Amino acid sequence: MSTFTTTDAALTRDEMAKIVAVDIPAGAFVNLGIGQPTNVSNFLTSEQGVTLHTENGMLGMGPVATGDEIDGDLINAGKIPVTELPGASYFHQADSFAMMRGGHLDVCVLGAFQVSGGGDLANWHTGAPGAIPAVGGAMDLAIGAKSTWVMMGLFTKAGESKLVETLSYPVTGLGCVSRIYTESAIFDLADNKVTVRSTHGISFDELVARLPVDLHKA
Amino acid sequence: MATKVVHDADVTIQAAIRDGMIIAVGGFGLSGIPTRLITAVRDSEATNLTIVSNNMGVDGKGLGLLLENKQVSKVLASYVGENKLFAQQFLSGELEVEFVPQGTLAERLRAGGAGIPAFYTPTGVGTPVAEGKETKEFNGRPAILERGIVADISLVHAYEADPEGNLRYRMTARNFNPLAAAAGKVTFAQAEIIHEDYIDPSFVDTPGIFVQHVVASDGVKDIEQRTVRPRQEA
Repeated sequence: MSTFTTTDAALTRDEMAKIVAVDIPAGAFVNLGIGQPTNVSNFLTSEQGVTLHTENGMLGMGPVATGDEIDGDLINAGKIPVTELPGASYFHQADSFAMMRGGHLDVCVLGAFQVSGGGDLANWHTGAPGAIPAVGGAMDLAIGAKSTWVMMGLFTKAGESKLVETLSYPVTGLGCVSRIYTESAIFDLADNKVTVRSTHGISFDELVARLPVDLHKA
Repeated sequence: MATKVVHDADVTIQAAIRDGMIIAVGGFGLSGIPTRLITAVRDSEATNLTIVSNNMGVDGKGLGLLLENKQVSKVLASYVGENKLFAQQFLSGELEVEFVPQGTLAERLRAGGAGIPAFYTPTGVGTPVAEGKETKEFNGRPAILERGIVADISLVHAYEADPEGNLRYRMTARNFNPLAAAAGKVTFAQAEIIHEDYIDPSFVDTPGIFVQHVVASDGVKDIEQRTVRPRQEA
């Protein structure tokens, strides 16, 4: 039975974030990367009981701090002041990355420059001359969590697919991405097979014509 | 009673520091950085330093001070996006930079402090970080060999300290500080509160054995990202 779905319009960033939030299993420990993934937290419900991890040393991260809540000792990985939720804990960075590398985190959602059909991820360096490489925690995050999901635009400004056969940007992690959320389609990646779960504002056939990887319909 | 608390950070650092030393520094962004101790290193005028730190501060703040004063020749860091001077010195080749994934940096400091010369990790396999490093497969999964880091001097920031050098940290200002403390041959800690009595032993984060000198912090706490409202979609 096909589970494939399609909508006429491309997804907005909020719609993408909401779909990711719904896909996160109840009770999961989750790390949301800087940029689009951060927006996912706005759509998690308290019933889901999701615990957010920030790699600079905290579990149970709450919303962005405002006004009197702002405290220089309490920031997230994007260096933005945040708040703590009941049950939160603080720890040093070796423990923080032990949680990640040790497979204790359930889901990590990251941005990307490119993802290959085999799940290879590029998101730390464009390789362009004059660009400052910014590896941060990206390589640890990519290979550490039980599931690594990517949120990105499907096409570059020049209209080229960011879902590629082989990465042209420097690698962050090999074979680590299992799902990609884009404005035009959502993909599941497993065993070198790319399955299209849904399309948005583009037909499956058009997608097949524009992407350089073999696509299967869910 | 003997105490590790010193009142003049400048003199104590001046006596310990030499040109060409490896210095590990705690902090993440501008959170939990040992501002007073960094200023003391700046004032020591020691040069050709290798700095091990997640970030290099921002222009005019934190470790940015040492870049400005041209005291740094090599940096081991994971992320250096917020410092124009750093970018300039890196791109001109003035500054040698080893980019270390954040979790690997934390583990290298922990290993160094724990007397483990090297360890295998899956982080960075197949990436530029793996170039020139030994690779070995464990349980069917490749891993690369990374070396522990021992620093000549470590600089850390704590919330509380006592005369024994025991430290406690506050919130996410803990970050790399306990790791840097243990990885230093000589560790300087600055603290916001210095107790005349001892910290409750059950609640010590960093035992005093890792800390040789304690100074009062200068009270500087900067917030890097002042725009705190998440941008809404148009």
